[in-house]
Amino acid sequence: MCTYLTERVAMAARAKGTPEWLKVTDASVYFDHPADLPAEHSLNIDLLAPAEGPSARVAVELDAAAALGLARAVLEMLASAPEGLLPNEVASAARAHLAGAAR
Amino acid sequence: MYDAMQAETVTIAGHGDDDIEAYLARPLVAGPIGGVVVIHHMPGYDPETKEITRRFAAQGYAAICPNLYSREAPGASPDDAAAAARAAGGVPDDRLVGDVAGAAAALRALSSSNGKVGVIGYCSGGRQAFLAACSLPLQAAVDCYGAFVVNTPPPESPLRVTPLLDRAEQLACPLLGLFGAEDGYPSPEEVAELDRRLSELNKPHEFHSYEGAGHAFFAVNRPSYRPEAAVEGWRRIFAFFGTHLKG
Repeated sequence: MCTYLTERVAMAARAKGTPEWLKVTDASVYFDHPADLPAEHSLNIDLLAPAEGPSARVAVELDAAAALGLARAVLEMLASAPEGLLPNEVASAARAHLAGAAR
Repeated sequence: MYDAMQAETVTIAGHGDDDIEAYLARPLVAGPIGGVVVIHHMPGYDPETKEITRRFAAQGYAAICPNLYSREAPGASPDDAAAAARAAGGVPDDRLVGDVAGAAAALRALSSSNGKVGVIGYCSGGRQAFLAACSLPLQAAVDCYGAFVVNTPPPESPLRVTPLLDRAEQLACPLLGLFGAEDGYPSPEEVAELDRRLSELNKPHEFHSYEGAGHAFFAVNRPSYRPEAAVEGWRRIFAFFGTHLKG
């Protein structure tokens, strides 16, 4: 089933790609100094494939507002996906997070 | 004035006799000249730190910056290497000391060496410069805003480092500390506590904290750069190394 559901998020960010698809096994999420984004701190996400070496990394550096917008968009997508396309506990956890954030 | 210099990537023996990468910059003079080990910041062995290394060479020192992430990420770009090292909890202290010892030995082995070697480090390297100065026979050390010399990293940090205050008694050379008054890591309270402890121990040291500057005020490619603090800081560094490493 194609859902066509999309959340667009405008952001100030940096992203570093690799030429091939990576078999990602780990992610690091941290709020620390960025390597490239012109900010003192940023929310950084590294999608990693350590078995393929340290260069096997897709990295993004997001300013705080962009990170929050992205997190909300992810939760919105999970909460609004048509029933049956994702585990019920994931959808209900996403709805609970959004409801909690709205309070 | 003759001012030619040479800067290149070399291999040196680090901790455990491991081959590690390093960046060596030196004036092409017969000597005798002092040496400086440059400890890079947590974002890694990057072009800006190599520029700092060349700056010491331009000032008449043989300078070397060991790539502290040589083992985790040989040949990787500095940002990928830093991410890998960060995820692994940072550089172990004993390995750092071994790598700085290897770098200092490489400087002293140069035919131009006067046998005197200082160390300088930025950010995480500031703490590591203090650690090296408490562990190795060095002639001068500069700590540029190194955190976790006094305090412990917050529990959520992946950094597995411990405070170094209990090693202050072993500090074996004069220490110059350069800090941002608006920095949180290290905070002004942390800097004051280190200052107090070193004074109690009669360890020669001079600390300067710059108003209007936070962490990483020397980093020319980051918004944290504060030219007034950086220019004054560089002046302090060259005066300090001039006193302790020349001749």
